[in-house]
Amino acid sequence: MSPPIERSTPKLTRVVGALAEATGMRDAKLNELVRIGELGLLAEVLRVTGDRATLQVFEETMGVALEEPVARAGAPLSVELGPGLLGSVVDGIGRPLSALAAITGDFILPGANAPTIERAREFVFTSKVAVGAKVGPGDVLGTVPDRGGFEHRILVPPDRSGLIGKLFEGTRTIEAPIAELTDGTPLFMSHRWPVRRPRPIRARLDASRPFLTGQRIFDFLFPIAEGGTVAVPGGFGTGKTVIEQSLAKYAEADVVIYIGCGERGNEMAEVLHEFARLKDPRHCKPVLDRTVLVVNTSNMPVAARESSVYLGLTIAEYFRDQGYRAAVMADSLSRWAEALREIGSRLQEMPGEEGYPTYLASRAARLHERAGRVTCLGAPNREGSVTLISAVSPPGGDFSEPVTQSCLRVAGALWALDPELAHQRQFPAVDWHTSYSLYADAMGKALDASCDPGWTKARAAIIELLQRDGELREVASVVGPEALEDKDRLLLQVAAIAREIVLGQSAFDPTDAYSTPAKTFRLARAVLQLFDAGKAALEKGATFAELELSQARRALAMLRDAPEADFEARAAEVATRITTLWRGGPS
Amino acid sequence: MRVARSYRGARAAAGPLVYVGNAQRAALGEWVTLRAEGQPELRGQIIEAGRDVSVVQVLEDTLGLEPAAIEISLTGELANAIVGKDLLGRALSGAQDPRDGQPRPIGEAIRPLWGAPINPTQRLPPSDFIETGISAIDGMNTLVRGQKLPVFSGPGLPALELAATIVENARAPRGEPFAVVFCAIGITERETRTFLDRFTASGALERSVLYLNQAQDPTIERLLAPRAALACAEHLAFVHGLHVLVVLADITNYCEALREVAAAREEVPGRRGYPGYMYTDLASLFERAGVVKNKPGSVTQLPILTMPDDDITHPIPDLTGYITEGQVVLSRELHRRGIFPPVDVLPSLSRLMNAGIGKGRTVPEHRKWADQLYAIYSRGREARMMVAIVGEAGLSPTDRRALELAELFEKELVNQGTQRRTIGETLEAGWRLMDMVPREDLIKLSDELLASRRPQRDAAQRKEA
Ligand SMILES: Nc1ncnc2c1ncn2[C@@H]1O[C@H](COP(=O)(O)OP(=O)(O)OP(=O)(O)O)[C@@H](O)[C@H]1O
Ligand SMILES: [Mg+2]
Repeated sequence: MSPPIERSTPKLTRVVGALAEATGMRDAKLNELVRIGELGLLAEVLRVTGDRATLQVFEETMGVALEEPVARAGAPLSVELGPGLLGSVVDGIGRPLSALAAITGDFILPGANAPTIERAREFVFTSKVAVGAKVGPGDVLGTVPDRGGFEHRILVPPDRSGLIGKLFEGTRTIEAPIAELTDGTPLFMSHRWPVRRPRPIRARLDASRPFLTGQRIFDFLFPIAEGGTVAVPGGFGTGKTVIEQSLAKYAEADVVIYIGCGERGNEMAEVLHEFARLKDPRHCKPVLDRTVLVVNTSNMPVAARESSVYLGLTIAEYFRDQGYRAAVMADSLSRWAEALREIGSRLQEMPGEEGYPTYLASRAARLHERAGRVTCLGAPNREGSVTLISAVSPPGGDFSEPVTQSCLRVAGALWALDPELAHQRQFPAVDWHTSYSLYADAMGKALDASCDPGWTKARAAIIELLQRDGELREVASVVGPEALEDKDRLLLQVAAIAREIVLGQSAFDPTDAYSTPAKTFRLARAVLQLFDAGKAALEKGATFAELELSQARRALAMLRDAPEADFEARAAEVATRITTLWRGGPS
Repeated sequence: MRVARSYRGARAAAGPLVYVGNAQRAALGEWVTLRAEGQPELRGQIIEAGRDVSVVQVLEDTLGLEPAAIEISLTGELANAIVGKDLLGRALSGAQDPRDGQPRPIGEAIRPLWGAPINPTQRLPPSDFIETGISAIDGMNTLVRGQKLPVFSGPGLPALELAATIVENARAPRGEPFAVVFCAIGITERETRTFLDRFTASGALERSVLYLNQAQDPTIERLLAPRAALACAEHLAFVHGLHVLVVLADITNYCEALREVAAAREEVPGRRGYPGYMYTDLASLFERAGVVKNKPGSVTQLPILTMPDDDITHPIPDLTGYITEGQVVLSRELHRRGIFPPVDVLPSLSRLMNAGIGKGRTVPEHRKWADQLYAIYSRGREARMMVAIVGEAGLSPTDRRALELAELFEKELVNQGTQRRTIGETLEAGWRLMDMVPREDLIKLSDELLASRRPQRDAAQRKEA
């Protein structure tokens, strides 16, 4: 190899896909941001070799030419954190998409630039500290009412401390200081944080509190903890996005960061459209008010796909640090991993399994470690959490592939989606035989205490029913169902009802899209009661053919679809109906 | 953009790639022409710009090319597409040369071939349907404006015939302005001819733009043809307000071309030799569908692909399924039994269907209608599987009934030949089938809904009697 030509001004020497090379970069730092070309496209330093640097470019590189200039920015990729984020849509490098539309129109063109939080926007700051107070990293300086009345807490940045010299309360723009330390350092409503660096915390807490999703199959069978992590792998069309969206709408979180990572533009439009109209059942406010969207659709630059996940996690950590429960919906981590692979292969790195870089597993692990329930840095004392729900898109639906496996090694729960169930229109198409949750025991205890003391027992009974159902269906597929004993045929029927009524839940049914723990429990218990009543009737000499199960099924289906206000009364009614169905012996 | 500059002699050439040394200020994507004595001019574009060496991907066949003897001109421009309403009724090659013996179209504007992503905040969620005239689609898997809904076909299955039927018959439900952009990617002469004949005979040609890259045409052109087609579709939709249906056939040939280039560049191959970036590349096509705020038109895509060996887990259908909004799956068994179109509705799904049907679009009860028919049919298909285990004689009476209904569904609803059905006719065909089903088995339908249907049902039965 010939030595690189020494040049003082940085210039591009190679452009291929999302990758560029420049000379004149001798003292460049790893992960430093640069602006390349005449349009000033944002890029990041990945490698420095002598005078040469290799860059990944976050914008479309078509038309970028050799010898175009490179300008160093010094700082790593970071995101501005402050009020005004809620309800906004940013791309993988933190540019608000509505501001980009104002610059380049309906299509995104390279070279446009806009700050994450609009400069002219005004917020009303109320201080929580006094002049002369000693403040340190993470302390709450004051509050700002944000979108939908959300109390946005203004924090001392993690790398600042001192004595408050001045305070500026009232209506301010994001650019005006709200306080000044005695050494003259101004503090603002927003601060920047590098996206690849986890924000500091005081201490990690255990995962002991349920993170209720509003989806029966998850809350009941495969629950997750606040601060937990779940991998949701499934082939195309198995319902990953519908799950992510349902959780974004209904899960018990204060803030949701929805990362559309390498997925569809129409889905993002739908989220925006629907979330602006749909009211969250607990707060009766539009779901969008508690949502931040990070969007890199599959046709947007691949490097910004890799960064979008870190950007989203950083925003989630920022809300966690304010003392809130943040949830991150990452759809899909496979696209993040593919972005790593694409860039890695252009760098001509030694490929690991299926061409993914060898550091895939360690990066996936680090990414998952950014979730958790914590004691936040700073005063007053508060707890916050980041719960991570990641969709994974395995090629051919085969879970043995590297991305699924890397996620499974670190995630606390697996919601495995099954194309067979999706074809049967059994939604959510969660395979109850292979899915699991390491949080199940702790969450069961919590729900025994908060919902009904029978929760854990009912859960065990339903699991046993499904287990037995699986075995019997295998037998039935060989000998035909007619050949089974009556009590087994009863079990098959009841299990089918459990699958339809308890596990099945239509995301598009306005009343059933969201299920409270009480509703989940009542439905499960009613199915178990039906099973018991049926067994008792058989014991008294009835035959399976005489048991009229379709009537009970219809009653349960109607109960499931009953409006929330009526639910308890109807549930009691159905319970009595079921227990008396065959009381007088076979009808 | 930049000034043109010329160089004599390339460093090397291999397959569709030419390596040029010291191409000054070469830009990624820059359009290049290559000339050699006594040979037709070749065209290409820079796919890697490097100070030492830049890589040119050549559009036409490089047979007999002598690297040292060619003159390479960098044009200073990126690849463009000529677009305009005057392209309607025209047939062009994948490289946009006329294929119909008429002069080169003048066009109204030039758009970058590669397009740009629609800003997601500027998109409108798709919300209205396109009537294809096919019951299995309109009734069961409705195509929605702004959607990308591929047809998963197998070797020898009549996907192109289905596409041709749709192109002839498709219309916007309230007669809004409608156009078709058809892009042939590596299909055979015979297929092209059949397609063209039907287009001409039905008069569909007048409202269509055709981009034809046939099997004998240069492979690399296949990578550009769909992009030219989409640029044209975007122009017709977002400048002229037309609802444009883009048919791309066959995506499998496109992917083969992609693999060929990757192999020529000695890239690390991904699954089955296809490049690791195939998802991103396909997305740069399929994501060019949609509806934009404050613009009347829409771009809807109906890509057609052939699943090698009927394998739905093959990377081509698999990655396509991960990008598109559902799929229409063709069945070899239905085709064998002479059913046209041989759409298997069980694995088929239009994910945007709910947004395009219901009150004010089709009929309020459309969803329930489709769910109920789906349930009836899938029940019957289960029974058909049982036959394989226990034999026809081993079926219970209910299973036998279910089986009969499934057969009726295939014969009466799915099967329609080339005859067009309105959405009303499709719905009626479904109701007729459901009239034969006992009430307690219609679990998806409410009493109210069935009561509202009763007068028609009784009338129909009276007529039969
Ligand atoms: N809970 C549900 N209720 C009703 N229908 C559902 C549900 N979940 C999924 N579906 C159906 O399945 C379709 C596909 O779901 P979804 O878009 O979530 O798949 P996906 O796994 O995200 O696929 P991809 O990997 O291609 O993005 C939906 O359009 C819908 O028709
Ligand atoms: Mg999805």
